[in-house]
Amino acid sequence: MPDITNTFCGIKSPNPFWLASAPPTDKKYNVVRAFEAGWGGVVWKTLGEDGPPIVNVNGPRYGAIYGADRRLLGLNNIELITDRDLHLNLREIKEVKRDWPDRAMIVSIMVPCEEEAWEAILPLVEETEADGIELNFGCPHGMSERGMGSAVGQVPEYIEMVTRWCKAHTRMPVIVKLTPNITDIRYPARAAKVGGADAVSLINTVSSITSVDLDTFSPEPSIDGKGSHGGFCGPAVKPIALNMVAEIARDAETAGLPISGIGGITTWRDAAEFMALGAGNVQVCTAAMTYGFKIVQEMIAGLEGWMAAKGHASLDDIVGRATPNVTDWQYLNLNYVTKARIDQDACIKCGRCHIACEDTSHQAITNMVDGKRHFEVIDAECVGCNLCVNVCPVEGCIEMVQLPAGDVDERTGKTVQDDYANWTEHPNNPSVVAAE
Amino acid sequence: MGAAPDIRYSDGIASGRLSAEEVAENFGDIHPPLDQHEALVAADRCYFCYDAPCVTACPTEIDIPMFIRQIATGNTLGAAQTIFDQNILGGMCARVCPTETLCEQACVREEAEGKPVLIGQLQRFATDQAMREERQFYSRAEASGKSVGIIGAGPAGLACAHRLAMHGHDVVIYEAKPKPGGLNEYGIAAYKTIDDFAQHEVDYVTAIGGIDIRYDTALGKDVSLDDLRAKHDAVFIGIGLGGVNALSVEGNDLDGVEDAVDFIARLRQADNKSDIAVGRDIVVIGGGMTAVDCAVQAKLLGAENVTIAYRRGQEHMNASQYEQELAATTGVRVRHNLQPKALLGQNDAVTAIELEYTQVADGKLSGTGQTITLEADQVFRAIGQSFEADLSDAGIDMTAGRIATIGAHGQTSAEGIWAGGDCVAGGDDLTVTAVAQGRDAAENIHAALSGVEV
Ligand SMILES: Cc1cc2nc3c(=O)[nH]c(=O)nc-3n(C[C@H](O)[C@H](O)[C@H](O)COP(=O)(O)OP(=O)(O)OC[C@H]3O[C@@H](n4cnc5c(N)ncnc54)[C@H](O)[C@@H]3O)c2cc1C
Ligand SMILES: Cc1cc2nc3c(=O)[nH]c(=O)nc-3n(C[C@H](O)[C@H](O)[C@H](O)COP(=O)(O)O)c2cc1C
Ligand code: SF4
Ligand code: SF4
Ligand code: SF4
Repeated sequence: MPDITNTFCGIKSPNPFWLASAPPTDKKYNVVRAFEAGWGGVVWKTLGEDGPPIVNVNGPRYGAIYGADRRLLGLNNIELITDRDLHLNLREIKEVKRDWPDRAMIVSIMVPCEEEAWEAILPLVEETEADGIELNFGCPHGMSERGMGSAVGQVPEYIEMVTRWCKAHTRMPVIVKLTPNITDIRYPARAAKVGGADAVSLINTVSSITSVDLDTFSPEPSIDGKGSHGGFCGPAVKPIALNMVAEIARDAETAGLPISGIGGITTWRDAAEFMALGAGNVQVCTAAMTYGFKIVQEMIAGLEGWMAAKGHASLDDIVGRATPNVTDWQYLNLNYVTKARIDQDACIKCGRCHIACEDTSHQAITNMVDGKRHFEVIDAECVGCNLCVNVCPVEGCIEMVQLPAGDVDERTGKTVQDDYANWTEHPNNPSVVAAE
Repeated sequence: MGAAPDIRYSDGIASGRLSAEEVAENFGDIHPPLDQHEALVAADRCYFCYDAPCVTACPTEIDIPMFIRQIATGNTLGAAQTIFDQNILGGMCARVCPTETLCEQACVREEAEGKPVLIGQLQRFATDQAMREERQFYSRAEASGKSVGIIGAGPAGLACAHRLAMHGHDVVIYEAKPKPGGLNEYGIAAYKTIDDFAQHEVDYVTAIGGIDIRYDTALGKDVSLDDLRAKHDAVFIGIGLGGVNALSVEGNDLDGVEDAVDFIARLRQADNKSDIAVGRDIVVIGGGMTAVDCAVQAKLLGAENVTIAYRRGQEHMNASQYEQELAATTGVRVRHNLQPKALLGQNDAVTAIELEYTQVADGKLSGTGQTITLEADQVFRAIGQSFEADLSDAGIDMTAGRIATIGAHGQTSAEGIWAGGDCVAGGDDLTVTAVAQGRDAAENIHAALSGVEV
């Protein structure tokens, strides 16, 4: 069996699956159930300053978008940080860590952007013997209006400053949780690194309005006819999160900075993809909130099964393996020529490939041949875009096949070359011409 | 509580073999309607095919991917309109179409995984909602001043009438029976169209206005084609098949021997189905939809042994695979390669049927000489309906025993007379085909009445 024990910026856990800071980690009862189910660690629901706890809305705080059969694809929330008493949380954190010493216990914190506030809370957290802290610079709603959460996370200078304060006032590893609601994720990550962060985690939720009630014209979730933008998460955000993880992983300035991958992770496969792109471990929220804690067992078994099948002995064998394959567009091989190929035995003749290509792309798929319903790629028109593959309902029915070197691409009339050639050398590239 | 055992298993023809509650339960909706969630799940399975094969397979060419997409997006009334645009009897068709040989057979998901999109049930979901809410989508065009006489208020006649009324023409339907609907009212199996749906549908269709139905008015008896031609600017014949094929074997006139369609009509018209008497041992002769409907309904009334005797092999049966399975699951026994030889009786009542085994040699069916005798206190003939009326005087050409039409729009050889539905040659004796033909004839009549060259 492959070894899936995880060490993330010095913090050990029996597997790389942590629960992200959110309702599943808001109290002892939930966290104990999570550990019983097998989760490797948790990031406790974000704690705020000592004093009267914040309050949440008393109406609906979630909205959702669905796929077929009401499969939850995206969840939106307007929940704030924990609304329980700080000392109750700290007491429970301590108890759980004492009872479950092998699991990772990270405490998420969000207090005002003043050094005293951080200085005050850090010793209290340290006293619980938690393994580390996560700075919530991500929450995009509610707290940001009060100058916290993503209001800090959107200003790299603040990230650097607060991180520095934390490093100065605690011995615990500091993980900085990033908001995706920025233009270039590398800037906040660099700032965290400069401030001395031990790791970054991402993504927090994406600012969103899930839907509008067309009878009342209220955004959802609706609180007495009004709505506020919330934070979007779940399977729908995974591609955004994957890219952000990859951006940081391949940025020279943040090289070596551990990344905890978050965003839409639902299965072992999602987790493996995040880790391949450079995440040292992963955090999960929506999937647990949709299906309960037991899903971690599928994640563990699936990851182990895949690693065993591929001969990966430990997580070190997979983390970052895909990172070098993420490159800039200009370095993609323009001599890699593909054509779509339809497997006629698998084709069920729905015609979707035809109409997609016909109406919106390159008129490269027939719908009738000799008076018979027949879908076939016209090589002289096919640009190899992959749209038909994406819209075909039958998996594996259309494949993109590479033209071997020496063949003539019927669309361009050019012979396919064996060598690698990219845009930087392409004759149509004005900067190449200028250089000559 | 069941009926007393002495009635349930008594010989001869008797009513009350099952209690009224058991009968009511047996004749409940064969496919309970989809609820909202089921409909959304079913609708989500549609791929929105290009030039969709299901549409091609629908005789009325309903835009199936479009109406299913409308259901999926919560626009159920819009879906109903998409259906009614092509098929104003979309509600009945959703219940009675043999979808397994039409749209659902052509569905790409049938090819992909043997599980088609539930087109029929989705169609019912949408049309039921529109009809429940009494939503009318069509109104009459400005009065054209023309009138059209329609003979027969079956699916063909009704579809024709609705489309003509929409175009502003006045319609008079002459109907021989005291009720409209044709076989929707008198023929379709009871469990396919519960709660008097056929009459509700006629009300829904005729609500457009301009359609006057004259009941108990038969062509050939109360009115003639000449009268109608004189009175109207055009005439449409949709009289279905009034006759039944004769069975020429000894004992045909014994008590307890009846045409299946008559039994079915009695059952459909009964206020209390449990009042309908059935035998203990029943044999149904035939192999089509009527034979199956008759046998299944007799079984559901409490007959102990019901056997369908069909003279050819299973592959030739007109009843679809689905219908055959329905017969089997209801407990009806289907026997192949058996043809009736004689009906045996005592005291003028049938007691048994003698059947001869058949074989096919050189493509011809013949008896083998071997026989089997099955006990039977009731025998139903379901060996096909036939066209009865004599229209030769009016100059209407016939072919294969039915009205010949010229071209695709139901014109007959007689000027100003159109026809459609079961009474015309070349159809497939389905409700949906009758609707398509009635509708298309109406468009053609409208074009003719508007002075467009047709
Ligand atoms: C037992 C049975 C079960 C069936 N089940 C199905 C099924 O499940 N699905 C399916 O798709 N199809 C089924 N069919 C076939 C379907 O019912 C017919 O194809 C359809 O009803 C044909 O419509 P139509 O309008 O042509 O004729 P009909 O429905 O027969 O209507 C003809 C109308 O004309 C009237 N009429 C007849 N003669 C005269 C006259 N001389 N003057 C005035 N009016 C007259 C009749 O009273 C009737 O109202 C079944 C048929 C039978 C017999
Ligand atoms: C209801 C809810 C509350 C959340 N609260 C917090 C929070 O207090 N602190 C925090 O850092 N992230 C919070 N998050 C964000 C999650 O930790 C996580 O970053 C995000 O949901 C993306 O992961 P997912 O797609 O697996 O859900 C919350 C998410 C949800 C759905
Ligand atoms: S790859 Fe693109 S261009 Fe080629 S057939 Fe498919 S959709 Fe058309
Ligand atoms: S989309 Fe796929 S299944 Fe549909 S016609 Fe094209 S190749 Fe065939
Ligand atoms: S063939 Fe099936 S999947 Fe395609 S449009 Fe028709 S119902 Fe939908």
